[in-house]
Amino acid sequence: MNRSLAVLLWVAISVVGASAIGMVAIHRGEPINALWLVAAATCCYAFGYRFYSKFIAAKILCLDPRRATPAERLENGRDFLVTNKWVVFGHHFAAIAGPGPLVGPVLAAQFGYLPGTLWILVGAVFAGCVQDFVILLFSVRRDGKSLTEMAKEETGVLGGVVAYAAVIAILVILLAVVALVIVNALKDSPWGTFTIAMTIPIALLMGVYLRRIRPGKVLESSVLGFVLVLLAIWGGQWVSHTPSLARTFTLTAPALAVLLLIYAFAASAMPVWLLLAPRDYLSTFVKLGTIGLLAIGIVVMHPTLHMPALSRFVDGTGPIFAGKIFPFAFITIACGAISGFHSLISSGTTPKLIARETEIPMVGYGAMIAESAVAIMAVIAACVLQPGVYFAVNSPAGVVGQTAAAATASISNWGYPVTAAQMQALAQAVGEQTLFNRTGGAPAFALGMAHIFSQSLGGTTLMAVWYHFAVMFEALFILTVLDAGTRVARFMIQDALGHLYAPLGRTSWYPSILATSALIVASWGVFLWQGVKDPLGGINSLWPLFGIANQLLATVALCVATTIIIKSGRARYSPVTLVPLCWLVVVTFTASWHKIFDPDPRIGFLSQVRHLLAAPTNPISTRLILNNRLDALVTGALVAMVSLVLIESVRKWISVLTGRSEAIVSESAFVPTRLAEEQI
Amino acid sequence: MKPLRKALRILIAALQEIFDESAYARFLRRRQIDSSASAYAAFCREREAVVSRRARCC
Repeated sequence: MNRSLAVLLWVAISVVGASAIGMVAIHRGEPINALWLVAAATCCYAFGYRFYSKFIAAKILCLDPRRATPAERLENGRDFLVTNKWVVFGHHFAAIAGPGPLVGPVLAAQFGYLPGTLWILVGAVFAGCVQDFVILLFSVRRDGKSLTEMAKEETGVLGGVVAYAAVIAILVILLAVVALVIVNALKDSPWGTFTIAMTIPIALLMGVYLRRIRPGKVLESSVLGFVLVLLAIWGGQWVSHTPSLARTFTLTAPALAVLLLIYAFAASAMPVWLLLAPRDYLSTFVKLGTIGLLAIGIVVMHPTLHMPALSRFVDGTGPIFAGKIFPFAFITIACGAISGFHSLISSGTTPKLIARETEIPMVGYGAMIAESAVAIMAVIAACVLQPGVYFAVNSPAGVVGQTAAAATASISNWGYPVTAAQMQALAQAVGEQTLFNRTGGAPAFALGMAHIFSQSLGGTTLMAVWYHFAVMFEALFILTVLDAGTRVARFMIQDALGHLYAPLGRTSWYPSILATSALIVASWGVFLWQGVKDPLGGINSLWPLFGIANQLLATVALCVATTIIIKSGRARYSPVTLVPLCWLVVVTFTASWHKIFDPDPRIGFLSQVRHLLAAPTNPISTRLILNNRLDALVTGALVAMVSLVLIESVRKWISVLTGRSEAIVSESAFVPTRLAEEQI
Repeated sequence: MKPLRKALRILIAALQEIFDESAYARFLRRRQIDSSASAYAAFCREREAVVSRRARCC
């Protein structure tokens, strides 16, 4: 493009972006249109990708198009494979996009749309995209090594051990929290429960279809599975209107929790081809399609946001989770801004597919931009709801009251008017008995999505179908995270136990499979049960714990990245990873301190213990005391482990910068590429 | 028209990679066998180690 034209284009993007951000940030009082958020996000991402990723690529990482990547050097047709950059982008995005960027922003909307939106944009451009990008490049330069291996090599054995322990801890907490989200979305919902129950035989049928009828035709079987899922959604309406069937599928939260634990145990021990792989394919198919559809829906329908820019709960008294914007907004929204979990994907399958180093910005930085855009869509879906409705759906009964009248009175008193009749009409419109006390974010997101779609496709007559489609979409890929996550954690435990007793490390030895599956399911089951029985809804304590764990893993990833940058002799550019690292340390350590020691019993685990001990104890309070002590212990252990990695890393930086130790990075040797441009 | 065709081709290739159809095609080429129930079963066995350790992000 002509240089002056390019300058003009970027000036225009700057003007539009600045105006949109100004509108989003300054506008008060009147509802604003969602397109302002879309415009602000698009311009920020365009700037970040065009200028910041290019700066990092040129000045810090020195991407070299002549250097052969592991996909070329170690090509084996299986893990290592030269792949088209767009294909790798799609593959990487499908792997990093999970329920996190949908749930976190919905929960953080209790502060209003502004804090979440700004954190998603700034966090993604300056932290999340940078982390994914640099970790992907460093893994490519090390033959596709994992984060834990790189941590061990670059920061020392302690770094590797802590990264490993942090991954296990995050998996356990993640599985518990996503299971809780699904339980809260499906409890007392025969329609939703029937639809999700049907996805299990549908996945099994897909497995048999793939294996016996049309071997290898995955896309075809996914389309078939999708059609069957749509029929199940349609059939759910009939189930909910048939009293005997409705009774069968109306389950309480504890019953759903038990079923999920049994399901995850079975899925972890079953052959992959039968359930896990077909469900994964189906979930990916629905996920990519629905995200695309939602993006089109938002742009075409350009709905109005009814949530204020800043709600009254910026003072820390929020009903969904207690705590002020700082630090809680920043740990509530992890995926979408920065997620430590992405560093595992960036150092997993993706580095083994990259054909050229110059394609890494598009895959690493670009896919995280796409994930961040999904988070912005979630903010929009939550904020199109009337604030009164949003708080009625997301507030636990323990905060707003057990009855519809009490809940609507509490919420209206906060300045967000809502009536019991309005909530009843909405519940009827979406085919539910009630929408009160549906904590966890998924039902509010589903309502918002149904609201957007029902403005065009099918009108309000299809509102119930859209709502249950959205619940199914979230529940389907949460179940995929549950079964895949339980299995991955099982393998990690088996790898570790194999060092103690070799047969335990054999992934095909059934006693080991059953024992480690039971161990991992029991571990997250404890937290899930705690959430299900918590009168405050569980999300209040579990989601921040998950956010802290996830951001602490990002801290480990950024420690590794900063260490490599300093060792490579580019210390003057280290602020690119050092600044987000310092920010994460401040945020996560402050949040951890609050969660453990804050004197407010709604925030601090230990003060809640003291509060409970002050009253006469009963079986419920005894369990809550135990749960809070366990949560405090887990948070403290995570912070202690990451502190050790930090100290180890800082010692290494000082030692290299003062010349006391030699700066040696463990990159694989340079081999010139033999790929011509057209071969990729 | 040409860029549109190219974009469509890339989209299909991405979907085939995401849904492991390309991996199966490579497996068949590598083993020099035709697609069949037993070939797909062998592919699933070989793929199991990769698929079952593939983390799904939050």
